[in-house]
Amino acid sequence: MSHFLAPVFEPAFFTSTTVQVALAVGGIVALVAGTVGVFTVMRGQSFAGEALGDIGTTGGSGAYLIGVGPLWGFVAISVVAAGAMEAIGIQRPRGRDLATGIVLGAALGLAALFLYLDATQSNTTGATVTILFGSMFAIPTSTIPLVVVLSLTVVAIVAVLYRPLLLSSVSAELAAARGIPVRAVGALYLLALAISVALAAMTIGTILSTALLIGPAATALRLTRRPGAAMLAACLIGLGCTWLGIVLAYDSYAWPPVHVGWPVSFFVVTIIFVLYLLSGVSSLWRQRRPASHPVAPVESVGAGDR
Amino acid sequence: MKDAVRSAGREQILSVDGVNVRLSGREVLRDVSFSIGAGEFTGLIGSNGAGKTTLFRVILGLHATTSGSVQIAGRPRSRRNPLIGYVPQKFLLDPDMPLRARDLVGLGLDGHRFGIAWPSQARRDLIDEMLAAVDAQGFADARVGNLSGGEQQRVLIAHALISRPKLLLLDEPLANLDLPSGQEVVALLARIASEQGIAVLISAHEMNPLLPVMERIVYLVGGRAASGTTEEVVRTDVLSELYGRQVEVLHIHGRVLVVAGPGDDGTAHEHAGPLVGVQIVQ
Repeated sequence: MSHFLAPVFEPAFFTSTTVQVALAVGGIVALVAGTVGVFTVMRGQSFAGEALGDIGTTGGSGAYLIGVGPLWGFVAISVVAAGAMEAIGIQRPRGRDLATGIVLGAALGLAALFLYLDATQSNTTGATVTILFGSMFAIPTSTIPLVVVLSLTVVAIVAVLYRPLLLSSVSAELAAARGIPVRAVGALYLLALAISVALAAMTIGTILSTALLIGPAATALRLTRRPGAAMLAACLIGLGCTWLGIVLAYDSYAWPPVHVGWPVSFFVVTIIFVLYLLSGVSSLWRQRRPASHPVAPVESVGAGDR
Repeated sequence: MKDAVRSAGREQILSVDGVNVRLSGREVLRDVSFSIGAGEFTGLIGSNGAGKTTLFRVILGLHATTSGSVQIAGRPRSRRNPLIGYVPQKFLLDPDMPLRARDLVGLGLDGHRFGIAWPSQARRDLIDEMLAAVDAQGFADARVGNLSGGEQQRVLIAHALISRPKLLLLDEPLANLDLPSGQEVVALLARIASEQGIAVLISAHEMNPLLPVMERIVYLVGGRAASGTTEEVVRTDVLSELYGRQVEVLHIHGRVLVVAGPGDDGTAHEHAGPLVGVQIVQ
């Protein structure tokens, strides 16, 4: 077994603490992102997710300035920004882009200042790249408890709100008629989204964080017809992409000619993108075949037996 | 306008009494009163802006009234009333939504509850029963977003029916349907009303598709309503008073046309709204 896999896993891959932390934290974050991402895509809030990620730059760079871990900065700014978006009116379809854009602009102005200050301080020279593009191999072990607590918070929110959230994502009117407090459900979901984006920002960077959130979810939506199955698929796709990205990035230290490690984020995001394209090809191919038309009697009979 | 003598023995499911709604200075509903009994199929007819959707939202407890009362099965209206099933207007689901017809029906049963629905045979059986009641077994496992307008309407009706309501509200269910699909939906609703004893209130801007099955009508013009049987309401004198100008009700080839009366110069009088029910006879 180890003979076969020797070319894939470079020496010391499984014994390195750095790799272990990357696999653990990257894996947890991928699962959280998959869970939340399906709802983000269903609710059409991808832009809000992207904005919350970008805004994380402000928090992360601010955290470096005052000498605390960047995850604290990501979470704090993301939750504050989500609150501001909610207050301005992100729940209304027409107010959504406006609220997101306004908050994004204001926060990125601060980020420009903080990143400049970070860059001009000699002890935080790598900060900009770490914040923008992630640092899977530089996650301190001490961050793990916070990652776990935040992840459990997100999963708890989504699990508790699952049905009301699903119904209000399908139709706010149907949900309101059932007595669901649509606005409160949406606000709590936005909180979960903000935390997930902060977690993803730590692994693959603020700019790329939505790729992990949206990419696996969008691919999963093409592959399955059921909401629960879509979440499971998104989690597995995210997990697979993250772990494969870590393996490739680790291997890339050994790649000729220059023997420098390529960034993990590059691999993760590229794999996610390729999978999304492949899922598009596969769903196109399925649509061509008349037998798999969703209302075709052949399929309904078989599916009804389930 | 007072309700005429009602058929005896029917339980009163919905009674709307003197409801007024004012929205940013505009009177959307003015002294609207009518009632619906169990198993009655009632059409809520009015043009766009006549107040149909507002009236539904009032009945659902989602909209405040300036005055008047609404009672559902003898009790005041409230939010999350399990006695009401609701099918909203313009339901368009993205084909990418990972939601099968049966998932949407299931959300009608327990979508307001926290947590995840644990699969059970009883839940599955109930969903299948509702899908069968609207003839939707054939596409129960298809994505809702891939269904046609008429199929989506049937799934939404099953979604509304699964909580065993006594009153079913449908906001313009025929708006985006071709004629045969519309007729199918109307026939289905009439069957549900009579078989299950559910009071059905269906809004439309055109009354003709509903005429074969409509037992009662609530005719809304500019926020004011006339109600009763079709014969009592769709009359030249009643509608002229409601419109506040001379209109004429014509019966042609089994269809009803409401047209501007002779000598009417077409200028809107006070309270007047655009004519509804006008249809080009082919």
